[in-house]
Amino acid sequence: MNPILEVKNVSRRFGGLIAVDDVSFNVSAGEILSVIGPNGAGKSTLFKLISSFLKCSSGEVQLFGQRISNLSPHEVARKGVVRTFQETTIFKSMTVLENVIVAHQIRAKANLLDFFLRTPRAKSDEGRFKESALSIIDLMGLTEFKDEIATSLPQGYLRALGMSIGLATSPKLLLLDEPFAGMNHEETMRMVSTVGRLRDELRLTILLVEHDMPAVMKISDRIVVLNFGQKIAEGSPEAIQENPRVIEAYLGSEDTALGI
Amino acid sequence: MSAKKWLWLAVFLIAVFGVVPVFIEITGRSDLYYTLTSVALLSIASAGVWLTFYIGRINIGQGAFALVGGYVSAILVTQVTVNFWLTIPIAGLVCAALSVLIGLPILRLRGVYFAMVTLVLTEVAKLSALALPYTNGAKGITSIPLPGPLVLFDLVLLPGLESIANPKLMFYIIFSVLMVLAYWVLWRIVNSRLGHLCRSLQQNEELASSIGVNVAYIRVVAFSISSFLGGVAGAGFVGISQSIYPSSFQVADSINFMLNCFLGGLGYVFGPMLGTLVLYFGWDLLFVTGRYQLLIYSAILILLMLLVPNGMLSLFDRKKASS
Repeated sequence: MNPILEVKNVSRRFGGLIAVDDVSFNVSAGEILSVIGPNGAGKSTLFKLISSFLKCSSGEVQLFGQRISNLSPHEVARKGVVRTFQETTIFKSMTVLENVIVAHQIRAKANLLDFFLRTPRAKSDEGRFKESALSIIDLMGLTEFKDEIATSLPQGYLRALGMSIGLATSPKLLLLDEPFAGMNHEETMRMVSTVGRLRDELRLTILLVEHDMPAVMKISDRIVVLNFGQKIAEGSPEAIQENPRVIEAYLGSEDTALGI
Repeated sequence: MSAKKWLWLAVFLIAVFGVVPVFIEITGRSDLYYTLTSVALLSIASAGVWLTFYIGRINIGQGAFALVGGYVSAILVTQVTVNFWLTIPIAGLVCAALSVLIGLPILRLRGVYFAMVTLVLTEVAKLSALALPYTNGAKGITSIPLPGPLVLFDLVLLPGLESIANPKLMFYIIFSVLMVLAYWVLWRIVNSRLGHLCRSLQQNEELASSIGVNVAYIRVVAFSISSFLGGVAGAGFVGISQSIYPSSFQVADSINFMLNCFLGGLGYVFGPMLGTLVLYFGWDLLFVTGRYQLLIYSAILILLMLLVPNGMLSLFDRKKASS
Protein backbone atom coordinates (compact mmCIF):
# COMPACT_ATOMS: atom_id res chain seq x y z
CA MET A 1 0.00 0.00 0.00
CA ASN A 2 1.40 3.37 -0.95
CA PRO A 3 0.96 6.09 1.67
CA ILE A 4 -0.96 9.27 0.76
CA LEU A 5 -0.27 11.03 4.00
CA GLU A 6 2.73 10.62 6.26
CA VAL A 7 2.72 12.00 9.77
CA LYS A 8 6.36 12.19 10.83
CA ASN A 9 7.40 12.65 14.46
CA VAL A 10 4.80 15.35 14.97
CA SER A 11 4.70 17.14 18.32
CA ARG A 12 2.70 20.07 19.58
CA ARG A 13 3.33 21.88 22.84
CA PHE A 14 1.04 24.39 24.55
CA GLY A 15 3.30 26.10 27.09
CA GLY A 16 4.46 23.26 29.34
CA LEU A 17 1.83 20.81 28.15
CA ILE A 18 2.69 18.37 25.36
CA ALA A 19 -0.63 17.70 23.63
CA VAL A 20 0.83 15.59 20.83
CA ASP A 21 4.14 13.86 21.49
CA ASP A 22 6.28 12.50 18.65
CA VAL A 23 3.46 10.79 16.76
CA SER A 24 4.15 9.03 13.45
CA PHE A 25 1.89 7.01 11.16
CA ASN A 26 0.91 6.70 7.51
CA VAL A 27 -2.43 6.80 5.76
CA SER A 28 -2.68 4.56 2.69
CA ALA A 29 -4.72 5.24 -0.42
CA GLY A 30 -8.32 4.08 -0.20
CA GLU A 31 -8.41 3.12 3.47
CA ILE A 32 -10.38 4.34 6.45
CA LEU A 33 -8.00 5.04 9.31
CA SER A 34 -9.40 5.97 12.71
CA VAL A 35 -7.60 7.79 15.47
CA ILE A 36 -9.00 6.89 18.89
CA GLY A 37 -8.03 7.50 22.47
CA PRO A 38 -9.45 8.53 25.84
CA ASN A 39 -10.52 12.14 26.45
CA GLY A 40 -7.60 14.55 26.34
CA ALA A 41 -5.40 12.09 24.43
CA GLY A 42 -4.59 14.74 21.80
CA LYS A 43 -6.85 13.50 19.00
CA SER A 44 -8.35 16.85 18.14
CA THR A 45 -4.99 18.58 18.31
CA LEU A 46 -3.52 16.00 15.93
CA PHE A 47 -6.44 16.59 13.62
CA LYS A 48 -5.81 20.33 13.57
CA LEU A 49 -2.11 19.75 12.96
CA ILE A 50 -2.82 17.62 9.88
CA SER A 51 -5.21 20.21 8.43
CA SER A 52 -2.77 23.02 9.35
CA PHE A 53 -5.26 24.81 11.57
CA LEU A 54 -2.44 24.52 14.11
CA LYS A 55 1.30 24.58 13.44
CA CYS A 56 3.50 21.66 14.54
CA SER A 57 6.04 22.46 17.26
CA SER A 58 8.29 19.86 15.64
CA GLY A 59 8.02 17.13 13.02
CA GLU A 60 6.07 17.44 9.80
CA VAL A 61 3.12 16.20 7.79
CA GLN A 62 3.68 15.13 4.19
CA LEU A 63 1.17 14.61 1.41
CA PHE A 64 2.53 12.48 -1.47
CA GLY A 65 6.02 13.12 -0.08
CA GLN A 66 5.53 16.91 -0.04
CA ARG A 67 5.56 18.85 3.20
CA ILE A 68 2.17 20.44 3.89
CA SER A 69 2.49 21.33 7.56
CA ASN A 70 4.01 24.73 6.77
CA LEU A 71 1.06 25.78 4.58
CA SER A 72 -2.01 27.76 5.61
CA PRO A 73 -5.35 25.90 5.98
CA HIS A 74 -6.74 26.99 2.62
CA GLU A 75 -3.55 25.89 0.84
CA VAL A 76 -3.70 22.48 2.51
CA ALA A 77 -7.32 22.22 1.36
CA ARG A 78 -6.21 23.07 -2.16
CA LYS A 79 -3.69 20.21 -2.01
CA GLY A 80 -6.59 17.85 -1.29
CA VAL A 81 -6.65 17.45 2.49
CA VAL A 82 -10.04 18.68 3.66
CA ARG A 83 -11.52 18.54 7.13
CA THR A 84 -15.03 18.58 8.48
CA PHE A 85 -15.79 20.05 11.87
CA GLN A 86 -16.77 18.55 15.18
CA GLU A 87 -19.52 21.09 15.72
CA THR A 88 -22.12 21.45 13.05
CA THR A 89 -20.15 24.03 11.15
CA ILE A 90 -22.04 25.20 8.08
CA PHE A 91 -22.88 28.44 6.28
CA LYS A 92 -25.95 29.12 8.39
CA SER A 93 -28.06 31.46 6.30
CA MET A 94 -27.50 29.87 2.92
CA THR A 95 -29.65 27.10 1.50
CA VAL A 96 -28.31 23.54 1.46
CA LEU A 97 -27.64 23.80 -2.27
CA GLU A 98 -25.87 27.16 -1.91
CA ASN A 99 -23.71 25.72 0.87
CA VAL A 100 -22.48 22.92 -1.36
CA ILE A 101 -22.12 25.10 -4.47
CA VAL A 102 -19.99 27.69 -2.72
CA ALA A 103 -17.78 24.90 -1.37
CA HIS A 104 -16.63 24.10 -4.93
CA GLN A 105 -14.28 27.10 -4.93
CA ILE A 106 -11.13 24.97 -5.23
CA ARG A 107 -12.38 23.57 -8.51
CA ALA A 108 -12.98 26.99 -10.08
CA LYS A 109 -11.12 27.59 -13.34
CA ALA A 110 -12.41 31.14 -13.63
CA ASN A 111 -11.07 33.95 -11.45
CA LEU A 112 -13.07 36.53 -9.53
CA LEU A 113 -13.11 38.98 -12.44
CA ASP A 114 -14.49 36.24 -14.72
CA PHE A 115 -17.31 35.68 -12.25
CA PHE A 116 -17.98 39.41 -12.02
CA LEU A 117 -18.13 39.80 -15.81
CA ARG A 118 -19.94 36.47 -16.35
CA THR A 119 -17.46 35.23 -18.92
CA PRO A 120 -18.11 31.85 -20.60
CA ARG A 121 -15.46 30.34 -18.33
CA ALA A 122 -17.35 31.52 -15.25
CA LYS A 123 -20.67 30.26 -16.61
CA SER A 124 -19.24 26.83 -17.32
CA ASP A 125 -17.86 26.71 -13.77
CA GLU A 126 -21.26 27.65 -12.35
CA GLY A 127 -22.92 24.92 -14.40
CA ARG A 128 -20.43 22.26 -13.32
CA PHE A 129 -20.67 23.28 -9.67
CA LYS A 130 -24.43 23.08 -9.60
CA GLU A 131 -24.47 19.68 -11.27
CA SER A 132 -21.82 18.31 -8.94
CA ALA A 133 -23.51 19.84 -5.89
CA LEU A 134 -26.79 18.16 -6.78
CA SER A 135 -25.14 14.77 -7.09
CA ILE A 136 -23.33 15.17 -3.76
CA ILE A 137 -26.58 16.22 -2.10
CA ASP A 138 -28.20 13.15 -3.57
CA LEU A 139 -25.40 10.88 -2.35
CA MET A 140 -25.72 12.28 1.17
CA GLY A 141 -29.51 11.92 1.17
CA LEU A 142 -30.27 15.63 1.37
CA THR A 143 -32.19 16.07 -1.88
CA GLU A 144 -35.51 16.81 -0.20
CA PHE A 145 -33.90 19.63 1.80
CA LYS A 146 -31.88 21.24 -0.96
CA ASP A 147 -33.73 24.57 -0.95
CA GLU A 148 -34.04 24.82 2.83
CA ILE A 149 -32.00 27.35 4.78
CA ALA A 150 -29.24 25.33 6.41
CA THR A 151 -30.14 26.17 10.01
CA SER A 152 -33.64 24.76 9.57
CA LEU A 153 -32.30 21.25 8.86
CA PRO A 154 -32.99 18.50 11.41
CA GLN A 155 -29.96 17.89 13.63
CA GLY A 156 -29.02 14.54 12.10
CA TYR A 157 -28.81 16.01 8.62
CA LEU A 158 -26.58 18.93 9.58
CA ARG A 159 -23.55 16.68 9.79
CA ALA A 160 -24.40 15.20 6.41
CA LEU A 161 -24.39 18.75 5.07
CA GLY A 162 -21.04 19.40 6.72
CA MET A 163 -19.66 16.34 4.96
CA SER A 164 -21.23 17.40 1.67
CA ILE A 165 -19.38 20.70 1.96
CA GLY A 166 -16.14 18.78 2.44
CA LEU A 167 -16.91 16.47 -0.49
CA ALA A 168 -17.53 19.42 -2.80
CA THR A 169 -13.82 20.15 -2.76
CA SER A 170 -13.18 16.66 -4.24
CA PRO A 171 -10.59 15.89 -1.59
CA LYS A 172 -7.90 13.24 -1.85
CA LEU A 173 -8.02 12.78 1.89
CA LEU A 174 -11.12 13.59 3.92
CA LEU A 175 -10.65 14.28 7.62
CA LEU A 176 -13.78 13.60 9.65
CA ASP A 177 -13.89 15.04 13.16
CA GLU A 178 -16.17 12.84 15.29
CA PRO A 179 -18.71 12.07 12.56
CA PHE A 180 -20.87 9.99 14.91
CA ALA A 181 -20.85 12.27 17.96
CA GLY A 182 -24.26 12.85 19.50
CA MET A 183 -26.03 10.35 17.24
CA ASN A 184 -28.26 7.51 18.35
CA HIS A 185 -27.55 3.94 17.28
CA GLU A 186 -29.70 4.06 14.19
CA GLU A 187 -28.24 7.36 12.96
CA THR A 188 -24.75 6.10 13.68
CA MET A 189 -25.29 2.96 11.61
CA ARG A 190 -26.63 5.04 8.74
CA MET A 191 -23.57 7.31 8.91
CA VAL A 192 -21.25 4.28 9.09
CA SER A 193 -22.67 2.97 5.84
CA THR A 194 -22.45 6.43 4.24
CA VAL A 195 -18.80 6.78 5.18
CA GLY A 196 -18.18 3.27 3.83
CA ARG A 197 -19.77 4.28 0.54
CA LEU A 198 -17.50 7.32 0.30
CA ARG A 199 -14.54 4.95 0.39
CA ASP A 200 -16.01 2.32 -1.92
CA GLU A 201 -17.84 4.48 -4.46
CA LEU A 202 -15.81 7.69 -4.49
CA ARG A 203 -12.51 5.93 -3.77
CA LEU A 204 -11.83 8.40 -0.99
CA THR A 205 -9.21 8.00 1.67
CA ILE A 206 -10.62 8.86 5.06
CA LEU A 207 -9.02 9.72 8.38
CA LEU A 208 -11.42 10.00 11.24
CA VAL A 209 -11.26 10.88 14.89
CA GLU A 210 -13.99 9.27 16.95
CA HIS A 211 -15.23 8.29 20.41
CA ASP A 212 -17.88 5.76 19.42
CA MET A 213 -15.97 2.48 19.67
CA PRO A 214 -18.48 0.05 18.11
CA ALA A 215 -18.74 2.35 15.08
CA VAL A 216 -14.96 2.67 14.82
CA MET A 217 -14.47 -1.10 15.07
CA LYS A 218 -17.05 -1.63 12.37
CA ILE A 219 -15.85 0.93 9.89
CA SER A 220 -12.06 1.14 10.19
CA ASP A 221 -9.47 -0.65 8.09
CA ARG A 222 -6.80 0.37 10.60
CA ILE A 223 -6.76 2.15 13.92
CA VAL A 224 -4.20 4.38 15.63
CA VAL A 225 -4.55 4.73 19.41
CA LEU A 226 -3.35 7.80 21.28
CA ASN A 227 -2.92 8.20 25.02
CA PHE A 228 -1.48 11.28 26.72
CA GLY A 229 -0.38 12.57 23.34
CA GLN A 230 1.62 9.47 22.45
CA LYS A 231 0.84 6.73 19.98
CA ILE A 232 0.47 3.53 21.98
CA ALA A 233 -0.82 1.18 19.30
CA GLU A 234 -1.57 0.83 15.60
CA GLY A 235 -3.23 -2.02 13.73
CA SER A 236 -6.40 -3.71 12.56
CA PRO A 237 -9.56 -3.41 14.68
CA GLU A 238 -9.13 -7.03 15.88
CA ALA A 239 -5.52 -6.47 16.92
CA ILE A 240 -6.40 -3.23 18.70
CA GLN A 241 -9.17 -4.89 20.70
CA GLU A 242 -6.69 -7.42 22.06
CA ASN A 243 -3.77 -5.04 22.59
CA PRO A 244 -2.94 -4.97 26.32
CA ARG A 245 -1.68 -1.37 26.23
CA VAL A 246 -4.94 -0.21 24.71
CA ILE A 247 -6.99 -2.11 27.28
CA GLU A 248 -4.86 -0.58 30.00
CA ALA A 249 -5.36 2.92 28.61
CA TYR A 250 -9.08 2.42 28.66
CA LEU A 251 -9.03 0.76 32.10
CA GLY A 252 -11.61 2.25 34.37
CA SER A 253 -13.95 2.83 31.49
CA GLU A 254 -16.49 0.15 30.64
CA ASP A 255 -15.28 -2.86 28.70
CA THR A 256 -18.12 -2.20 26.35
CA ALA A 257 -16.43 1.02 25.37
CA LEU A 258 -13.98 -1.10 23.43
CA GLY A 259 -16.71 -3.27 22.01
CA ILE A 260 -15.47 -6.43 23.79
CA MET B 1 -33.76 39.83 -13.88
CA SER B 2 -37.53 39.66 -13.63
CA ALA B 3 -39.84 42.08 -15.43
CA LYS B 4 -40.79 43.66 -12.13
CA LYS B 5 -37.18 44.47 -11.34
CA TRP B 6 -36.66 46.06 -14.76
CA LEU B 7 -39.72 48.17 -14.11
CA TRP B 8 -38.36 49.36 -10.78
CA LEU B 9 -35.04 50.16 -12.41
CA ALA B 10 -36.80 52.20 -15.11
CA VAL B 11 -38.85 54.10 -12.53
CA PHE B 12 -35.71 54.83 -10.54
CA LEU B 13 -33.76 56.08 -13.55
CA ILE B 14 -36.62 58.26 -14.77
CA ALA B 15 -37.00 59.74 -11.29
CA VAL B 16 -33.30 60.52 -10.92
CA PHE B 17 -32.57 61.81 -14.40
CA GLY B 18 -35.99 63.13 -15.41
CA VAL B 19 -38.42 63.99 -12.66
CA VAL B 20 -35.92 65.55 -10.24
CA PRO B 21 -34.28 67.99 -12.70
CA VAL B 22 -37.66 69.02 -14.13
CA PHE B 23 -39.05 69.53 -10.63
CA ILE B 24 -36.07 71.68 -9.66
CA GLU B 25 -36.24 73.79 -12.84
CA ILE B 26 -39.95 74.43 -12.35
CA THR B 27 -39.73 75.28 -8.66
CA GLY B 28 -36.42 77.12 -9.01
CA ARG B 29 -35.00 75.34 -5.94
CA SER B 30 -31.57 74.93 -7.50
CA ASP B 31 -30.03 74.50 -4.01
CA LEU B 32 -31.55 71.01 -4.13
CA TYR B 33 -29.01 70.08 -6.79
CA TYR B 34 -26.20 70.46 -4.28
CA THR B 35 -28.11 68.48 -1.65
CA LEU B 36 -28.96 65.64 -4.00
CA THR B 37 -25.46 65.53 -5.44
CA SER B 38 -24.20 65.18 -1.87
CA VAL B 39 -26.62 62.33 -1.29
CA ALA B 40 -25.34 60.60 -4.44
CA LEU B 41 -21.72 60.93 -3.29
CA LEU B 42 -22.45 59.88 0.29
CA SER B 43 -24.34 56.85 -0.92
CA ILE B 44 -21.33 55.85 -3.06
CA ALA B 45 -19.18 55.90 0.09
CA SER B 46 -21.89 54.02 2.01
CA ALA B 47 -21.99 51.36 -0.70
CA GLY B 48 -18.35 50.64 0.14
CA VAL B 49 -19.08 50.33 3.84
CA TRP B 50 -21.93 47.99 3.01
CA LEU B 51 -19.53 45.69 1.14
CA THR B 52 -17.26 45.42 4.19
CA PHE B 53 -20.33 44.51 6.23
CA TYR B 54 -20.96 41.82 3.65
CA ILE B 55 -17.67 40.09 4.55
CA GLY B 56 -18.54 40.38 8.23
CA ARG B 57 -16.54 43.44 9.20
CA ILE B 58 -17.84 46.64 10.79
CA ASN B 59 -16.10 49.47 8.95
CA ILE B 60 -16.09 52.84 10.71
CA GLY B 61 -13.15 54.10 8.67
CA GLN B 62 -14.74 55.21 5.41
CA GLY B 63 -14.30 58.87 6.39
CA ALA B 64 -10.53 58.33 6.29
CA PHE B 65 -10.64 57.14 2.69
CA ALA B 66 -13.05 59.89 1.67
CA LEU B 67 -10.63 62.42 3.16
CA VAL B 68 -7.62 60.87 1.43
CA GLY B 69 -9.51 60.76 -1.87
CA GLY B 70 -10.51 64.39 -1.44
CA TYR B 71 -6.94 65.53 -0.80
CA VAL B 72 -5.55 63.45 -3.68
CA SER B 73 -8.02 65.13 -6.01
CA ALA B 74 -7.47 68.63 -4.60
CA ILE B 75 -3.68 68.37 -4.74
CA LEU B 76 -3.69 66.96 -8.28
CA VAL B 77 -6.01 69.71 -9.51
CA THR B 78 -4.29 72.65 -7.81
CA GLN B 79 -0.63 71.62 -7.87
CA VAL B 80 -0.28 69.30 -10.87
CA THR B 81 -3.21 70.77 -12.88
CA VAL B 82 -4.67 67.38 -13.69
CA ASN B 83 -8.22 67.56 -15.03
CA PHE B 84 -10.66 67.14 -12.14
CA TRP B 85 -12.61 64.32 -13.77
CA LEU B 86 -9.43 62.28 -14.13
CA THR B 87 -8.58 62.76 -10.47
CA ILE B 88 -11.70 60.83 -9.45
CA PRO B 89 -10.48 57.38 -10.58
CA ILE B 90 -6.95 58.25 -9.45
CA ALA B 91 -8.24 59.13 -5.97
CA GLY B 92 -10.13 55.83 -5.92
CA LEU B 93 -7.05 53.85 -6.92
CA VAL B 94 -4.83 55.59 -4.37
CA CYS B 95 -7.34 54.74 -1.65
CA ALA B 96 -7.62 51.14 -2.85
CA ALA B 97 -3.83 50.77 -2.77
CA LEU B 98 -3.68 52.34 0.67
CA SER B 99 -6.42 50.03 1.93
CA VAL B 100 -4.47 46.97 0.78
CA LEU B 101 -1.51 48.09 2.92
CA ILE B 102 -3.73 48.89 5.89
CA GLY B 103 -6.09 45.96 5.35
CA LEU B 104 -3.49 43.19 5.24
CA PRO B 105 -2.70 43.48 8.94
CA ILE B 106 -6.01 44.79 10.34
CA LEU B 107 -8.47 42.58 8.44
CA ARG B 108 -7.30 39.71 10.63
CA LEU B 109 -9.19 41.40 13.45
CA ARG B 110 -12.84 40.61 13.93
CA GLY B 111 -15.90 42.20 15.43
CA VAL B 112 -15.45 45.16 17.69
CA TYR B 113 -11.64 45.08 17.33
CA PHE B 114 -11.75 45.76 13.62
CA ALA B 115 -14.38 48.45 14.20
CA MET B 116 -12.17 50.16 16.76
CA VAL B 117 -9.12 50.21 14.52
CA THR B 118 -11.07 51.62 11.58
CA LEU B 119 -12.55 54.26 13.86
CA VAL B 120 -9.02 55.36 14.67
CA LEU B 121 -8.16 55.48 10.95
CA THR B 122 -10.49 58.44 10.46
CA GLU B 123 -8.73 60.37 13.18
CA VAL B 124 -5.31 59.39 11.79
CA ALA B 125 -6.31 60.69 8.35
CA LYS B 126 -7.40 63.99 9.86
CA LEU B 127 -4.16 64.40 11.85
CA SER B 128 -2.12 63.49 8.76
CA ALA B 129 -3.95 66.15 6.78
CA LEU B 130 -3.00 68.67 9.46
CA ALA B 131 0.64 67.62 9.48
CA LEU B 132 1.68 66.67 5.95
CA PRO B 133 3.51 69.22 3.78
CA TYR B 134 1.17 69.30 0.74
CA THR B 135 -2.15 69.53 2.55
CA ASN B 136 -1.82 73.11 3.84
CA GLY B 137 -2.66 72.29 7.46
CA ALA B 138 -5.86 73.45 9.11
CA LYS B 139 -6.50 76.06 6.39
CA GLY B 140 -7.09 73.23 3.91
CA ILE B 141 -7.09 73.67 0.16
CA THR B 142 -9.62 76.21 -1.03
CA SER B 143 -10.59 78.10 -4.20
CA ILE B 144 -10.17 74.96 -6.26
CA PRO B 145 -11.15 75.85 -9.85
CA LEU B 146 -14.26 74.28 -11.39
CA PRO B 147 -13.51 71.27 -13.60
CA GLY B 148 -12.11 72.20 -17.00
CA PRO B 149 -13.19 70.55 -20.25
CA LEU B 150 -12.34 66.86 -20.58
CA VAL B 151 -10.79 66.40 -24.02
CA LEU B 152 -9.68 63.18 -25.70
CA PHE B 153 -7.90 63.62 -29.08
CA ASP B 154 -9.68 66.92 -29.88
CA LEU B 155 -12.98 65.32 -28.94
CA VAL B 156 -14.66 67.21 -26.09
CA LEU B 157 -16.11 64.53 -23.83
CA LEU B 158 -17.28 66.99 -21.17
CA PRO B 159 -17.35 70.78 -21.51
CA GLY B 160 -15.64 72.97 -18.91
CA LEU B 161 -18.07 73.77 -16.12
CA GLU B 162 -17.22 77.49 -16.23
CA SER B 163 -18.43 77.73 -19.80
CA ILE B 164 -21.85 76.18 -19.27
CA ALA B 165 -24.98 77.79 -17.91
CA ASN B 166 -25.88 75.30 -15.20
CA PRO B 167 -22.83 73.62 -13.62
CA LYS B 168 -24.92 72.38 -10.69
CA LEU B 169 -27.12 70.33 -12.99
CA MET B 170 -24.03 68.93 -14.68
CA PHE B 171 -22.55 67.87 -11.32
CA TYR B 172 -25.84 66.32 -10.34
CA ILE B 173 -26.13 64.30 -13.54
CA ILE B 174 -22.51 63.11 -13.55
CA PHE B 175 -22.41 62.04 -9.93
CA SER B 176 -25.82 60.38 -10.19
CA VAL B 177 -24.44 58.38 -13.12
CA LEU B 178 -21.45 57.46 -10.96
CA MET B 179 -23.79 56.39 -8.18
CA VAL B 180 -25.78 54.19 -10.54
CA LEU B 181 -22.52 52.67 -11.79
CA ALA B 182 -21.29 52.03 -8.24
CA TYR B 183 -24.50 50.25 -7.30
CA TRP B 184 -24.49 48.27 -10.52
CA VAL B 185 -21.00 47.03 -9.62
CA LEU B 186 -22.15 46.22 -6.08
CA TRP B 187 -25.18 44.38 -7.39
CA ARG B 188 -23.08 42.34 -9.79
CA ILE B 189 -20.60 41.46 -7.02
CA VAL B 190 -23.34 40.31 -4.68
CA ASN B 191 -25.03 38.24 -7.38
CA SER B 192 -21.82 36.65 -8.60
CA ARG B 193 -19.65 34.02 -7.03
CA LEU B 194 -17.57 36.75 -5.38
CA GLY B 195 -20.67 37.72 -3.40
CA HIS B 196 -21.26 34.12 -2.37
CA LEU B 197 -17.67 33.89 -1.21
CA CYS B 198 -18.11 37.12 0.77
CA ARG B 199 -21.17 35.61 2.42
CA SER B 200 -19.25 32.44 3.23
CA LEU B 201 -16.68 34.61 5.01
CA GLN B 202 -19.37 36.52 6.84
CA GLN B 203 -20.97 33.32 8.07
CA ASN B 204 -17.97 31.18 8.93
CA GLU B 205 -14.39 32.12 8.12
CA GLU B 206 -12.95 28.90 9.52
CA LEU B 207 -15.15 26.74 7.35
CA ALA B 208 -14.45 28.93 4.33
CA SER B 209 -10.71 28.44 4.70
CA SER B 210 -11.19 24.71 5.27
CA ILE B 211 -12.76 24.40 1.81
CA GLY B 212 -9.85 26.22 0.22
CA VAL B 213 -11.16 29.78 0.07
CA ASN B 214 -8.29 32.23 0.42
CA VAL B 215 -10.04 34.29 3.08
CA ALA B 216 -7.27 36.86 3.47
CA TYR B 217 -7.36 37.59 -0.26
CA ILE B 218 -11.14 37.94 -0.49
CA ARG B 219 -11.16 40.22 2.55
CA VAL B 220 -8.54 42.50 1.02
CA VAL B 221 -10.35 42.57 -2.34
CA ALA B 222 -13.63 43.57 -0.68
CA PHE B 223 -11.98 46.16 1.55
CA SER B 224 -10.11 47.74 -1.35
CA ILE B 225 -13.28 48.00 -3.44
CA SER B 226 -14.89 49.63 -0.42
CA SER B 227 -12.06 52.13 -0.05
CA PHE B 228 -12.04 52.82 -3.79
CA LEU B 229 -15.66 53.94 -3.48
CA GLY B 230 -14.76 56.04 -0.43
CA GLY B 231 -11.99 57.78 -2.36
CA VAL B 232 -14.27 58.44 -5.32
CA ALA B 233 -16.86 60.02 -3.06
CA GLY B 234 -14.26 62.19 -1.34
CA ALA B 235 -12.92 63.40 -4.68
CA GLY B 236 -16.46 64.17 -5.81
CA PHE B 237 -16.95 66.47 -2.84
CA VAL B 238 -13.86 68.43 -3.81
CA GLY B 239 -15.54 69.05 -7.17
CA ILE B 240 -18.83 70.36 -5.82
CA SER B 241 -17.52 72.27 -2.81
CA GLN B 242 -14.28 73.46 -4.45
CA SER B 243 -12.49 73.01 -1.14
CA ILE B 244 -11.19 70.41 1.31
CA TYR B 245 -10.27 70.69 4.99
CA PRO B 246 -8.94 68.19 7.54
CA SER B 247 -12.40 68.38 9.09
CA SER B 248 -14.26 67.71 5.82
CA PHE B 249 -14.71 64.07 6.84
CA GLN B 250 -14.70 63.27 10.53
CA VAL B 251 -15.51 60.39 12.82
CA ALA B 252 -19.16 61.47 12.74
CA ASP B 253 -19.17 61.04 8.95
CA SER B 254 -17.64 57.58 9.25
CA ILE B 255 -20.37 56.64 11.69
CA ASN B 256 -23.01 58.09 9.39
CA PHE B 257 -21.81 55.92 6.50
CA MET B 258 -22.28 52.92 8.75
CA LEU B 259 -25.70 54.11 9.94
CA ASN B 260 -26.82 54.54 6.33
CA CYS B 261 -26.14 50.84 5.79
CA PHE B 262 -27.85 49.77 9.02
CA LEU B 263 -30.90 51.86 8.38
CA GLY B 264 -31.34 50.87 4.74
CA GLY B 265 -30.69 47.21 5.44
CA LEU B 266 -27.52 45.14 5.53
CA GLY B 267 -29.18 42.40 3.52
CA TYR B 268 -30.09 44.60 0.58
CA VAL B 269 -27.76 46.03 -2.04
CA PHE B 270 -29.80 49.21 -2.33
CA GLY B 271 -30.13 49.59 1.43
CA PRO B 272 -27.26 52.06 1.81
CA MET B 273 -28.66 54.27 -0.97
CA LEU B 274 -32.07 54.52 0.67
CA GLY B 275 -30.47 54.91 4.10
CA THR B 276 -28.35 57.82 2.90
CA LEU B 277 -31.31 59.58 1.32
CA VAL B 278 -33.52 59.22 4.37
CA LEU B 279 -30.85 60.09 6.92
CA TYR B 280 -29.62 63.13 4.99
CA PHE B 281 -33.06 64.58 4.36
CA GLY B 282 -34.35 63.52 7.75
CA TRP B 283 -31.64 65.59 9.40
CA ASP B 284 -32.38 68.59 7.18
CA LEU B 285 -36.13 68.39 7.70
CA LEU B 286 -35.66 68.41 11.46
CA PHE B 287 -33.80 71.70 11.20
CA VAL B 288 -37.04 73.54 12.05
CA THR B 289 -37.03 71.94 15.52
CA GLY B 290 -34.02 74.07 16.44
CA ARG B 291 -32.06 72.91 19.45
CA TYR B 292 -34.09 69.70 19.73
CA GLN B 293 -32.90 68.59 16.28
CA LEU B 294 -30.29 66.09 17.51
CA LEU B 295 -32.54 64.74 20.26
CA ILE B 296 -35.46 64.01 17.94
CA TYR B 297 -33.16 62.69 15.23
CA SER B 298 -31.47 60.24 17.63
CA ALA B 299 -34.79 59.12 19.08
CA ILE B 300 -36.10 58.35 15.60
CA LEU B 301 -32.93 56.42 14.76
CA ILE B 302 -33.25 54.30 17.90
CA LEU B 303 -36.91 53.63 17.18
CA LEU B 304 -36.15 52.63 13.60
CA MET B 305 -33.48 50.19 14.73
CA LEU B 306 -35.86 48.65 17.26
CA LEU B 307 -38.80 48.40 14.90
CA VAL B 308 -37.03 47.43 11.67
CA PRO B 309 -33.76 45.80 12.76
CA ASN B 310 -33.15 44.46 9.26
CA GLY B 311 -33.40 47.89 7.69
CA MET B 312 -36.13 49.81 5.94
CA LEU B 313 -35.98 47.68 2.83
CA SER B 314 -37.04 44.64 4.86
CA LEU B 315 -40.49 46.27 5.02
CA PHE B 316 -40.85 45.68 1.29
CA ASP B 317 -39.41 42.18 1.34
CA ARG B 318 -42.44 39.91 1.35
CA LYS B 319 -40.36 36.75 1.02
CA LYS B 320 -38.58 37.46 4.30
CA ALA B 321 -41.64 38.86 6.04
CA SER B 322 -43.70 35.74 5.48
CA SER B 323 -41.10 33.24 6.65
